[in-house]
Amino acid sequence: MSTTAQPGPVNIPAPRSSQRSSQRSNFELYSWLFMRVSGLVLVFLVLGHLLIMNVLDGGVQRINFAFVAGRWSSPFWQVWDLLMLWLAMLHGTNGMRTIINDYAERDQTRFWLKMILYVAAGFTIILGTLVIFTFDPNIG
Amino acid sequence: MTAMAEAPVAAPVAADVTFRIHRYQPEFDSEPHWEEYTVPLYPTDRVLTALEKIKGEIDGSLTFRRSCGHGICGSDAMRINGRNRLACKTLVKDLDISKPITVEPIKGLPLEKDLVVDMDPFFDAYRSVMPFLITDGHEPTRERLQSAEDRARFDDGTKCILCACCTTSCPVYWTDDQYFGPAAIVAANRFIFDSRDSGAEQRLEILNEKEGVWRCRTTFNCTDACPRGIEVTKAIQEVKRALIFRRF
Ligand code: SF4
Ligand code: SF4
Ligand code: FES
Repeated sequence: MSTTAQPGPVNIPAPRSSQRSSQRSNFELYSWLFMRVSGLVLVFLVLGHLLIMNVLDGGVQRINFAFVAGRWSSPFWQVWDLLMLWLAMLHGTNGMRTIINDYAERDQTRFWLKMILYVAAGFTIILGTLVIFTFDPNIG
Repeated sequence: MTAMAEAPVAAPVAADVTFRIHRYQPEFDSEPHWEEYTVPLYPTDRVLTALEKIKGEIDGSLTFRRSCGHGICGSDAMRINGRNRLACKTLVKDLDISKPITVEPIKGLPLEKDLVVDMDPFFDAYRSVMPFLITDGHEPTRERLQSAEDRARFDDGTKCILCACCTTSCPVYWTDDQYFGPAAIVAANRFIFDSRDSGAEQRLEILNEKEGVWRCRTTFNCTDACPRGIEVTKAIQEVKRALIFRRF
């Protein structure tokens, strides 16, 4: 391909480079599968969560510090909330990652957008996990 | 003279149809622009006829690709009223002629002139999935036999004419220049599921890459665009399924 000596102004978008990086890894396969599985599990977890918190006996009115403290004293609800936190955060982060891959064309932009995304996701996951495990019902 | 002349067939009437065509001559234009042309056409005429009329009678500099004129060579894919189609398979009567009909080059490939794009990246992706029969073992002394069911398994993919309508309608391909695109995956599917072929493993490995089938967002643009009626998205899903079941 030679791009020299063309008459007149030429305004053609840069051709796509044809060399593909060939990385042998199943990461994209697993992330695709994770999206399907976590999506399904989240349907139950989130709908269940909304039902318990907002509809069943007393609904959202009864939620106060004592209610949360009572719930988190049971390992079952700890595991439920932890699962919901991790799955939702990873599901959402992976979705955002694909969107960034789709639409950020400049390498630098893509890199920094992803860095912001990962830091924000990591921070939220760590903070949430910490709260669930170190929650002290007596500080109220 | 026959006695059956009771129901006379109305003679078709030609109507003036306006086309709004994407023009770009790299020698003269710094930017692409639109130009309108009006030509008389019968409802049964094709958009390709209109382009040939414009080129022959109004403006000889209009540039587009076409070869067979019968929907089999795949060279005249273009965006007609915003949809990827073959100009030779699009009839005037199927378009709304009360407004100008827009004709643009297909998107996502480098523009060369008027309606012509550089197809090299498209064919590079096609080549990289090895679209040819790969065999091992002894070469048989007669043809490689295959049952009718085994042949039917990959029949859909054999209809592809490599027109690029699908790949250039894919929103992922528009923004990600490394994605293989649906046409290349259809070509791979055609051999992966051929019982005579033994290169499936290598092709699956290629499509498992970062820019392979997992980039597909299942939006069905490609299936809608295919002038051969190939179920393109289904072909992609079959490859995904094969990859998953191979792994577990
Ligand atoms: S179904 Fe997949 S390959 Fe087809 S247009 Fe949509 S994203 Fe592209
Ligand atoms: S799959 Fe259909 S749209 Fe895509 S290149 Fe082949 S014939 Fe054209
Ligand atoms: S000219 Fe051959 S497909 Fe249209």
